[in-house]
Amino acid sequence: MANSISEETMEYVGILAKLELSGEEKEQARKDMERMLEYIDQLNELDTSGVEPMSHISPLHNVFREDQVTNGDDRDAILSNAPEARDGSFVVPRTVE
Amino acid sequence: MDILQDTAAALGKRIKAGEVTAVEACEAVLERIRQRDQELNCYITVDEEGALARAEEVQRQLEAGRLTGPLAGVPVAIKDNMNTKGMETTCASRILKGFVPSFTAEAVGNLEKAGAVIIGKTNMDEFAMGSTTETSYFGPVKNPWNTAHVPGGSSGGSAAAVAAGECFYALGSDTGGSIRQPASFCGVVGMKPTYGAVSRYGLIAYGSSLDQIGPLSKDVTDCAMILEAIVSHDKKDSTSVALTETDYTSALTDDVRGLRIGIPKDYFGEGLDPLVKASVLQAVELLAKRGAVVEEFELSLVQYAIPAYYVIACAEASSNLERFDGVKYGYRAKGAEDLHQMYKRTRSEGFGREVRRRIMLGSFVLSSGYYDAYYLKALRTKALIRQAFDRAFAKYDVIIGPAAPTTAPKLGESLEDPIQMYLGDIYTVSVNLAGLPGICVPCGKDHRGLPIGMQIIGDCFEEKKLIRTAYTYECAAKEGGSHE
Repeated sequence: MANSISEETMEYVGILAKLELSGEEKEQARKDMERMLEYIDQLNELDTSGVEPMSHISPLHNVFREDQVTNGDDRDAILSNAPEARDGSFVVPRTVE
Repeated sequence: MDILQDTAAALGKRIKAGEVTAVEACEAVLERIRQRDQELNCYITVDEEGALARAEEVQRQLEAGRLTGPLAGVPVAIKDNMNTKGMETTCASRILKGFVPSFTAEAVGNLEKAGAVIIGKTNMDEFAMGSTTETSYFGPVKNPWNTAHVPGGSSGGSAAAVAAGECFYALGSDTGGSIRQPASFCGVVGMKPTYGAVSRYGLIAYGSSLDQIGPLSKDVTDCAMILEAIVSHDKKDSTSVALTETDYTSALTDDVRGLRIGIPKDYFGEGLDPLVKASVLQAVELLAKRGAVVEEFELSLVQYAIPAYYVIACAEASSNLERFDGVKYGYRAKGAEDLHQMYKRTRSEGFGREVRRRIMLGSFVLSSGYYDAYYLKALRTKALIRQAFDRAFAKYDVIIGPAAPTTAPKLGESLEDPIQMYLGDIYTVSVNLAGLPGICVPCGKDHRGLPIGMQIIGDCFEEKKLIRTAYTYECAAKEGGSHE
């Protein structure tokens, strides 16, 4: 197979994607990805030398505005969606010892 | 007198004339939802109480002469990836279940200003990733024409709700065909405007360089009217474009004399259902009879659009969906010992399979060592695809082809083979890659009675040409009775 993805690569992609897949699921994801990459490889038939990558379709430049506060204080409304909040803050598991 | 037979434009007129009230219209839609949505599953949230209260308020404002627009009092459904202040917004995902936004998407806000009554939020593929509305955490939507079939996706709930009379029109979003393909499968009109025409502020992002909000409606007149209401220049979306010629309803003219129509041969080749092909070509024939100049041509690069699209869309998705981490909103996995584990478990349990698949692929193509070979290659391909369209629009005013290679597949037949499902997007994705506007109008039915759609593609900001072409076809089809 043209695109065999190693165990280590899958592990690395899992870290980047912040996903924890079970053993069986990991195997399935690896197969899915190999198939997708094989399919995507047909792009290599195209000669794109000298073609600039096009990230955006419109010739946009930086759009600037004055750095002024226009919205109100939504703190309580925003925190009301948090799985856990206390004293006007988000609560997360311990991050430092 | 059945209110539900009305188009949005007709209902708006009758409300203004005092023949129907906004409350009656709202009640009629809610009654239809009670009758049919158990089976169809178009809605994730129906805000019965809020909609009726809003309808009463709009009615008062209409009577006081403070609301005068053509959509005032007309009930609308919003795809559940657009934020609606105070109304749950889930993206059809477990990870956002229970999320109640503190703000409203700009396009939705524009409709509210026009006096729209929001009925609820429509079902969709999870995070708009899918072509059948089967990846929803809240179960699949069924096609109102035949409930054994899918409505298409990802805006399947919006398209099916319009087709079933569960709203008068709806908003959807289109990243790779997610408005046009379900419009095709459900026999309604759907338009993806030019990238930048409608603000994306408050649209929960999938592929930011491709996403665009647009209308799903009963006919072309409604489509133009809705577009006129939602297009705006928005400082909160830096890709939003300031447009001057936004009087789209002025393009509702039955006239295509001299219009140059290009028919891409590569949109009519292998893989296209012969019935779909015949229907679309017959529709083009009607336009030719109305005076359009039709010519075949080779668009080229069509088969490369899907792989380029999936690389770009998944790359952007992997970045956009990083925000769902169990801290700020939605679902959080229980019992994690540290922050990193909490992130991983929350996302693994909160996202469905197709979303995880695309995040993994996107993370891979953006990772060092693969970035050039995959991501940059896809962006270069995108540039070539855009050039191919530029060449086409130097010769033609619009390009016409099918919206999808087949009519709606049966439920449960698509998800097993992702690549097969992705291939169904072949006629729609290049339009997103090139940022162009595209409209899908119903042009027939197959032997099972499932609708077929014709796609009309224009150059950037040429929505009026699309509307004129689609409207002329609609008039011709009504006259000729060839619509059925």
